[in-house]
This record gives sequence, C-alpha cells and structure tokens, in this order.
Amino acid sequence: MIARGRDRMAIKSWLGKLLFMDQETDGNSPERYDILRRNIMILMILVTIVPLFFMAVVNYHQYQATLREEIVTPMRALVNKTKHSFELFLAERISTVSFIASAYTFDQLADEATMNRIFRVTKEEFGGFVDLGLIDDQGIQVSYTGPYDLKGKDYSEQSWFHEVKVRGTYVSDVFMGYRKFPHIVVAVQRRSDDGKTWIVRATIDTEKFDDLIASMGLDASADAFLLNKDGILQTPSKIYGKVLEHFPLPLPPVSYEANVWEYEDAEHDDLMLAYTHFVHYPYILCVIKPKGEVLRAWYTLKTELFFLFVASVVVIFLVVFKLTDLLVKRMRESDEKREAAFREMEHSHKLSSIGRLAAGVAHEINNPMAIINEKAGLMKDLIEFAPTFPDKERFLSLTDAILQSVNRCRSITHRLLGFARRMEVQIEVLDLNGIIQETMTFLEKEASYRNIDIRLQLAPDLPKIASDRGQLQQVFLNIVNNAIAAVNDGGLITVTTWEKDTDFVATAIQDNGSGMSEETLKHIFEPFFTTKKSQGTGLGLPITYGIIKKLGGEIDVQSKEGKGTTITVYLPKRSITHETT
Amino acid sequence: MERYRVLLVDDEVEFVTTLAERLALRGIDARTAFNGEEALRIMEADPPQVLVLDLMMPGLGGMEVLQYVRSNYPQVQVILLTGQGSTRAGIEGMRLGAFDYLMKPLTIEELMEKIRIAVGGQVTG
Repeated sequence: MIARGRDRMAIKSWLGKLLFMDQETDGNSPERYDILRRNIMILMILVTIVPLFFMAVVNYHQYQATLREEIVTPMRALVNKTKHSFELFLAERISTVSFIASAYTFDQLADEATMNRIFRVTKEEFGGFVDLGLIDDQGIQVSYTGPYDLKGKDYSEQSWFHEVKVRGTYVSDVFMGYRKFPHIVVAVQRRSDDGKTWIVRATIDTEKFDDLIASMGLDASADAFLLNKDGILQTPSKIYGKVLEHFPLPLPPVSYEANVWEYEDAEHDDLMLAYTHFVHYPYILCVIKPKGEVLRAWYTLKTELFFLFVASVVVIFLVVFKLTDLLVKRMRESDEKREAAFREMEHSHKLSSIGRLAAGVAHEINNPMAIINEKAGLMKDLIEFAPTFPDKERFLSLTDAILQSVNRCRSITHRLLGFARRMEVQIEVLDLNGIIQETMTFLEKEASYRNIDIRLQLAPDLPKIASDRGQLQQVFLNIVNNAIAAVNDGGLITVTTWEKDTDFVATAIQDNGSGMSEETLKHIFEPFFTTKKSQGTGLGLPITYGIIKKLGGEIDVQSKEGKGTTITVYLPKRSITHETT
Repeated sequence: MERYRVLLVDDEVEFVTTLAERLALRGIDARTAFNGEEALRIMEADPPQVLVLDLMMPGLGGMEVLQYVRSNYPQVQVILLTGQGSTRAGIEGMRLGAFDYLMKPLTIEELMEKIRIAVGGQVTG
C-alpha cells in the first residue's frame, strides 16, 4: 500500500513535470528534453502495457478455465457412464445370487444335485459364474459346486462372512483364483421366515470388467482401470501393470460423483485423473490421461497468446518511442522558436525604451542648444554688423567656437535620435557600402586601441537594396563586435561586399581570431549562449539572426578553431516585408 | 527690394526672439508668436509671406497650424522646424503642404536660403 502510494506520488510528480515543464526554462535544455522524453515514454508505456498485461492475464485464465471445462466434462461423462455399466453388471450378478438364495429353501440348496442343476443353468444364462456354494449360519460350506473341493470348509473366521452377516450382501475385491484368472466373490445372506439364515456364495470371473473398460473406446495415450479402496489394481492397466499390482500414485479423495484430479508428476507428464467411487462396491473407476495430451489445444492457444502479447508489446514500444521522439522534437523546436522570439522581443523592448529615453533627452537638449546657437549667432551678427568693434577678431573667434560646439552637440543628439529610430522597421532604398562604412566609424576607436586592422573591400558597383538602415547597422555592429572580441590585438578583420545574384547581395565579415568549435557553432544562434563569460549577453547573434530573417536574408557561419571565423550575410535587393510605417 | 515678411512661431521665447532679431539684422520683417493660437491671430490681421513653424508646441501643435494655414492661407509658405532629429516629421509635414523643413539647432544661412527660395517661388514666380 505504501509502495503504491509512493508510485502514485511519483506519477503525480511526473505529470507535474510534464505539465509545468515550461516554468523550468532556466534548466539546460538538452537534459530537460531527455527527461521529458523519458517521462512521456514511461507514461505511455505504462498506460498501454499495463492494461494489455492485465487483459492478457485475465484472458489466459478465462481461456484456461473454459478449455479445461471443455475437456474435463466428456471425461467425467465417460466415467459416469462406465460406472453405471459396472454397477449394472454387478447388480445383475447380485440379483442372480440373491434370486437363487430366495427361490430355494436351505434344504433344496443343500442338496448337491439341485445345486449342480442351479449352477449349470445360471452359468448358461448369465455367464462368468465359476462356482456356487451354500454356507450355513455357522460358516460351514454345506454344499458346493465348482472346480474345487470346498465342501465342509469353515468360513466363520473370515471377514467377508462377518460382513455378509451384517450387511446381507458382499462383493469382494478381485483375487487370483481358479486357472489364474482374476475373480470376485459375491455373497448374499438369506433369512427364512422361521429365522434360519444361510448364505449363497458365488465366484465370478472378471473378464466382463475388461470388456466394459474396452467399451469406453479410449485413445492410445489414455488408460482406464478399476482400483479397490487400498489402491490395488482390479483390472489390468496399460501403464501401472497387471491385476493386483499396487497403483503407484496416491489415491484421490473419496467422491461418489465423477471427479477430476490432477497429478503433478515429476517423472512422467502431468496427469489428469477422472475417477469415481462406487457407492455399493469397494471399487474406484479411474480414467487417466496425460495432461499434455488433454490440454494440447490449450498449450497451442497459450503460445499464440504469448506471441501476440510479445508482438503487441514490441509494436507499442516502437510506436511510443517514435511518437515520443517526434513529439519532443516538435516541442523542442517550438520552444526554441518561441524562446528566441521572446528574447528578441524582450531585447528590442529594452532597446526601444532606451531609444525613447535617448530621443526624449536629445529633443530636450536640442531646444536649449538652439537658443545657445541663436544667441551666439546674434552675438556674431552684432559684432560683424558693427562698423567698429574692439577686439573684433577675438570675439568672432569666440562666437565661432561656441557655434562649433553647438554643431558637435547637434551631431551627438542626431546620432542618439538615429539610434532610437532604429527600433522601427523602416524600409528605404539604401547603399549597403555606405551603411557599412558608417557602422565602422562606431567601432574604429576600439579597433585602433587594440591595433586591429579593419579592411573594407566593398564592391564599388554594388546595387542599392531596399532594407532598414537601423536594423542593418545593428547587424553589422553585432557581427563586427564579435569579430573584434575574437581576434588578438593586431588582428585582421576583412569586410567584403559583392553582388551574389540577381536577387541578393552578400557581405562577408572575416576575422583571423580564435574561431569556434563544432559544439559552439551549433549553439551560437541560441539566446543566452555566450563564450564571453561575464561580458556577453548572449543576445547579439540571436538578434542578428532574427533581424536578418525579418529582412528576408540569410546568414551563414564558417569557423575553424584557431583559424578564424567568416560570417556571411545575404540580403535581398528588394524588401520582402512591405513598408508598414 | 521689398522686405520679406516672416512670422516665427515657437514656444521657446528666447529662441524665437533671438532668431527674429538676427533675421531683422538681415533686412527681414520678422514677427514672433509663442504658440499656435497667437500665430493664427496675428495671421488673421496680416498674413506673412513665410511662416517658420516649430512642430512641437504645447496647445495647438505645429501640424494643426500647418493644416489650418494650408487651407486658409494657401499663399503663405511654411517652413517647419523640428527638434526630433528625425526627417520623418519633416517629410510628413511636407506631404501636408509645408514648403520645407529644418532641424534644430539650425544655421542662419540655411534659414535665410530657404526663406529666399520660398518667397522667390511665391512672389516673383
């Protein structure tokens, strides 16, 4: 129960993991999807195999019970029928003896001649009678007709004599008698009206028993025989030997109805015994069949069931495996896409709020700057327009310096505002070379500190393209920034542009820096993947990728560890996104 | 030569008065208004040849003034001033009928040039 509870908890937590997977986004993803795949697989296999298994077990038992019943019932019927024949045969013999005892008086039977005549007639009419004798109530054989000279024999000490005195009739076990044939004794006690008792005793050979058993029509592997209550064979058995030999197996429990008893015998096959005890006679009728024979149909079915089960399990495993694989792959792809989109959105959100701030600041600064500009301009005008002015030249140079500073501020605020504008997609016809040159001016300073040579090999006749200036600047800024980070001091970065075909122009940014391993190369477009340890946001290339895709372009990365990296950006000449602003 | 009549509209008083003084020094009849409503009042009395109009003003904005002027005083040429450093607002203004635009801070030479061309197209053309 406890174990079960624990299982349920485990399943619950699995389900929980499946359902709330999305919230564990900070885990490293490959492992996460392996766990997900494993959990889905276990779940699917559990919900398919467990019911299948139970169904198989239930079916197995159902079939077994049905088939067994189907086999056992005819065996039982046969045993009952044969028992009935035996009872009929024995009852007939007893009635014969009983008739003799009743039809004649003691004196008549005591007469040897009468006895002989009765014996002869009986033998002719009924068959199987070997001898006939009359015994008085003292147990002395008064008259006898048969192959032995038993007249005058005293039976008073024998157990059958006492039994017949108590019960009135007696049927003996089989014994070897005259001419080594198996026989039984039937004895009937007769009480006359005046209270005198006598016993008529007949010996009957059991040839008829064999006939009755043969008439059962059993197949070769089956065996049928009669046992007495001590387990001594009363008729010959194919398996267990001749008459009067001991039946080697333990006797089944007493049952007067046809019953089936199963032996699990280590030496032989397992056996199935259909048997019944006789009510009035000391016999047990047995039919034995080897179980394998009896249940052959069942074994075939069992094998088929087993193979069906195994095949189903294999198929389920395969399907579950493939399906889960597919499912998780799809899930992963969509997760990655969504995550990338989310990051990009988040980043552009961040940038656009920075942009708005910059725009606000620039705008606010522009107004006072315009006032300074005009005031200084007026000062300059007044100096210039005045016919005489002391230190005219000096004042003019001062106002010019003010105006120049204002101009510098103006270019700064305009650049800030330009950055802010970059957040919006604005398709215009652009000179790609111009954009690259402009972008490089932002990076020149850092490059010159580290003595990095940035070489531009720009195709002079490059056609203009319809694209977004700000976004393209961001792309080149990101890529060249990465290149600067990758090269050593004094490294070389080459930016080349050319016309790829009628639809695309290409820009390649090549560096001779550290390059990337295959493994790194696989992940560079994943958000938050960075090799710059503390400085990188891991967003540069994903954003770059996102922008290029948005602009309808392609990006290609070639890298060799220790040799350097080449990133090639292909841009469409005509914009695929219609202008939305 | 006739003096050019110009109306300067901007909420930055210091900017607009100084600019007016500089234009006056250059022989231009420059009046000032510190918001859109005032500009329209002045125009009602005596419309200038050229309206120099700041786009970002509290109250009646530059764009509204521009639209009003274009429909009521079609002979008045409008030069827009923008402090946003963006050409977009200027282009938008030109689409609405402005003659040209300038980005703040501006140089006096640029403004003079624009005024000259604007009036030249209007009077002598």
